[in-house]
Amino acid sequence: MDNRTYETLETAWCPGCGNFGILSALKGALGSLDLDPHNVLLVGGIGQAAKTPQYFHANSFCGLHGRAVSPAVAAKIVNPKLTVIINSGDGDTYGEGGNHFIHNIRRNVNIAHFVHNNQLYALTKGQASPTTMQGMKTDVQVDGSSSIPFNPLSVALAAGAGFVARGFSGRPDHLAELMKSAIRYNGYALVDILQNCVTFNKLNTLTWYNSRVYELDQSHDTGDLNKAMALAMELDDRIPLGVLYEKQLPTYHENNKSLQDGQVLAGRRNDPALIAKFMREKV
Amino acid sequence: MYNLLVGGAAGQGVETTVAILERFLKQAGCGIFTMRDLMSRIRGGHNFARIRFGENAPKSHSLLLDGIIALNAETIGIHQDDLKPEGFILCDSSVQTDDPRAIMMDMANIAKTLGNVRAAGSVAAGAALKYFGIPVDAEHAAAVFEASLKAELVDVNVRAALAGHQAMAQKVDPAVGTFSDHMIVSGNEALTLGAMAAGIQFYSAYPMSPSTSILEFLSGKAVELGIVAEQAEDEIAAINMAIGASFAGARAMTGTSGGGFSLMVEALGLSGIAEIPLVVVDVQRPGPATGLPTRTEQADLKFVISAAQGEFPRMVIALRHHEDAYLQTIRAFDIAEKYQTPVILLSDQYLADATTTIPLQDPGLAKSSEKDDILTKGGYARYRYADTGISPRIIPGDNRGFAAADSDEHDEHGRIIEDATTRMRMMDKRMNKLEMLKSEIIEPDLLGEQNPEVLLIGWGSMYGPLDEAVRLMNLKGDKKYAALVFGDIWPLPHRLLEEMALGAEAVINVEQNYTGQLGSLVREVTGIKTSASVLKYDGRQLSGEEIAERVAKEGF
Repeated sequence: MDNRTYETLETAWCPGCGNFGILSALKGALGSLDLDPHNVLLVGGIGQAAKTPQYFHANSFCGLHGRAVSPAVAAKIVNPKLTVIINSGDGDTYGEGGNHFIHNIRRNVNIAHFVHNNQLYALTKGQASPTTMQGMKTDVQVDGSSSIPFNPLSVALAAGAGFVARGFSGRPDHLAELMKSAIRYNGYALVDILQNCVTFNKLNTLTWYNSRVYELDQSHDTGDLNKAMALAMELDDRIPLGVLYEKQLPTYHENNKSLQDGQVLAGRRNDPALIAKFMREKV
Repeated sequence: MYNLLVGGAAGQGVETTVAILERFLKQAGCGIFTMRDLMSRIRGGHNFARIRFGENAPKSHSLLLDGIIALNAETIGIHQDDLKPEGFILCDSSVQTDDPRAIMMDMANIAKTLGNVRAAGSVAAGAALKYFGIPVDAEHAAAVFEASLKAELVDVNVRAALAGHQAMAQKVDPAVGTFSDHMIVSGNEALTLGAMAAGIQFYSAYPMSPSTSILEFLSGKAVELGIVAEQAEDEIAAINMAIGASFAGARAMTGTSGGGFSLMVEALGLSGIAEIPLVVVDVQRPGPATGLPTRTEQADLKFVISAAQGEFPRMVIALRHHEDAYLQTIRAFDIAEKYQTPVILLSDQYLADATTTIPLQDPGLAKSSEKDDILTKGGYARYRYADTGISPRIIPGDNRGFAAADSDEHDEHGRIIEDATTRMRMMDKRMNKLEMLKSEIIEPDLLGEQNPEVLLIGWGSMYGPLDEAVRLMNLKGDKKYAALVFGDIWPLPHRLLEEMALGAEAVINVEQNYTGQLGSLVREVTGIKTSASVLKYDGRQLSGEEIAERVAKEGF
C-alpha cells in the first residue's frame, strides 16, 4: 500500500512545524503496515497535534481536551479488530489528561499512543506545558517556568508500561520505524515524540534537538528496566531516541474473561434467555 | 397491610435480616415495598429499613409502624413514637426498655446455643413472621437462606428462624396476596436488568453512592453475558469511555450520582455535538458537593436538563417506580440510538435502594437498530444534512465509509469548520432532533380523580407517595384530588397538564428539593404558576401521609 492511501487535505499548521515530520512518519508507517484504513481509528484530544486525525482518510475521533485515551481504549475494547492510534500533544496527554495517561498504562489496552511533545501549549499560543523546561519565559510564566518538568517516559516505566519509546520529528524515517513497532506491539505502547515549535518555542529549536539526540543501537537491551529508566532520565546534553523498554505483558483483552476469544461487542445484543434467567434468580 | 421496621447499628445485620424477611413474606404471597435509611459508614451509627407488606403491592413507605425489630436499644428510642399503640417491639432480653409494647426474647442466647450468635437476626425474623401469621418450615427456610447466605451458614440460620417462629405467638391475621411468583428487585436492579435487555455491551463508572450497585450487578453478570463493566479512574474517564464504546458501535451507558455527573458535563456536550448515542444515569442524592451521600433528593432536575455549555438536543427521563425503571431504561437506549444523542435517566436513592415485588418482565423489548441506506450519490457523509436532523451513522470497520466524530463544529464529513453558514446548518440539523424528540415524549401518569379540583404534580420517585396521598385525600370526600407524575421530563410534555390545570382550582408541586424545580420548569414552559408547593429537602422521602397533611395545611 502506498503512502497516498491515507493522504488528505491541507493542514492548519505553521510552515516548518514539527508536526509535518510526524504526519509523514505516520503516513509512512500506516502505508507500509498494509492496514485497511476502514479498520484504522485515529484518535485525538484537542490541540495542534490532536488535529492529526483530520488529515487522514481513516476513521477519526477528535474528542475533548485531555480525553483522547478514554474513548480510544473503549473503542478498542469493544472492537479488537480496529487498529487504534492516538495522536495528541504534551499538554493534552500529560496535563489535562494526566490521570487517564497513568491509569491506561495500568489498563494495558492494545493501542498506540503518539505524543507530539513540543514542550509547550501551541494552540493557546505559547504557555508552559508539563514538559516545559525550567526557566523558559512565556506570556504567563513571565519570570520563567518554575515547576519541575514532567518526565513522561520515567513515569510510564514506573507505572508499568510494556512499550516505552522516544522519537523525534526531525528524523521521520526513524520515527516511522518506532511507530510501526508501537502499532505492532500487543498492549499499550507510548512513543513520546520530541517536536520543535517554530512559532512559540525559541528554546527547544530544531538545532537544539539536533545537537542532543542520538539513536539507540542494537547493543541496547530493551528488556532491562533499570537501563531504560536511566535512559529516560537522560534529557540534558544527550537525548536517546528509540525503544527504551519493551516487554510483553498480559493485555486488557487477555485479562478480561468476556473478551478472551476476540469477541467483537460492537453491534452485539444480549441473549434474552439469559436476562430471563437473571430475573428468575430474583423470584 | 402491615409495616415492620428493622433497625440496628451498621454491621449488626439489618440488611441480612431484611432480605430474609422479604423472601419469607413473598414466598407466602405478600406484596412488598422496603425503603432503606442508611448511614454513610461501615460500622456503628443507626441503619434501618421499613418493610411494608400485605395483600396488595405497596408502592411506597409509610411512617406508622405495626412492629419494630430492634437489634439495639437505640432503635427503640428513635422509632417508638411511630409505633401504633397495639404494635410490638421485638428485642433481645439484654436490651433495656420500659416500653410496655416490648417483647423480650433471648435471641442472642438461642442463636449461640444453636452454634452462631450472628444468627440472632434469623431468630428475630422467625418470631416476627409468626406474629404476622406467616408460616416458616424447614424446607422453605433452607431455600430462603441458600439464596442469601454462604452454604455453611444455612443450617444454623434455618434452625434459628424455626426457633424464633416457635417462641412467638401469632397475634394478627395474615395479609397475603398472590405475589409469590414476583421478583424482589431494587430500583437499581430493575434499571440494570433493563440495560441488559436493551443490549448494553459496555458500562463504565466510578463508584459513587447510591449508583454503585448498578456497577456491581453488571460486573457480577458480565462474563455470563459476555459484556464489559469497567471501573474507570474517574467520572470523566467513565463517560468518555462510554462515548468511545458507543462510537465504535456498542450500546453503552455510564452511571453516577450528582457529584460524578458534574464531572461528566463537558463530555455530555461531546455526545451532543458528535451525535454519539449515550445513556447516562444520575442516581440523585442530596447535594451540593458531597452532601448527604446515602440519602435521597430530587435536586438535579434543572441541572441535568441544561448541563454543559452550548445547546444540543437531549432527553431526560425520570424513573418513577421499579417497573418504570426497567421499561424506561430500555427505551432510553432505543431513543439514544435513534436520535444519536444523550439520554439521561434520573433516579434517586429512595428508588435505587428500595426493593419491591414486580412481575417478571419481558426480556425482548429492545428495538433492533434501524438500518437505513447510508450512501448517497456523493458517497458517505457522517453528518449529512437531513430534514429530520438524523444523519446516517456508520461505525468504524464498515468499508462503505469512515466514521468521524468531532467536538469542534464540523462539516458533513466531520472535518473542522469555522464558517458561519455551515455552523448554522449544523446547529439547525442537530436542534431539529429536539423537535423530533417531542413526538416521542409520553404524557405524565394521572393518579386519582379524572376531573380534580386540586391537582398535585410531581416527578420520578414521588410516584408512590403521591399515589398514596391522592388515595388518602380522596377518602376524606370533601374535594376531588389527582396527581400528575412526570416520567419524561425533558422535553417537558405539557398537553395533559394544561388540560387538567384548566379545570382545577389549584395546582400544587410536590418535590424532594428546596426550590421546587418542576414547578419552576412548568412555569417556564407553560406559564402555569403553582398555587402552593410541598417541598422536602432533609434527605428523607415524603410519605403519602406527610403529603396529605402538608396539602391540608396549605389550605387545599
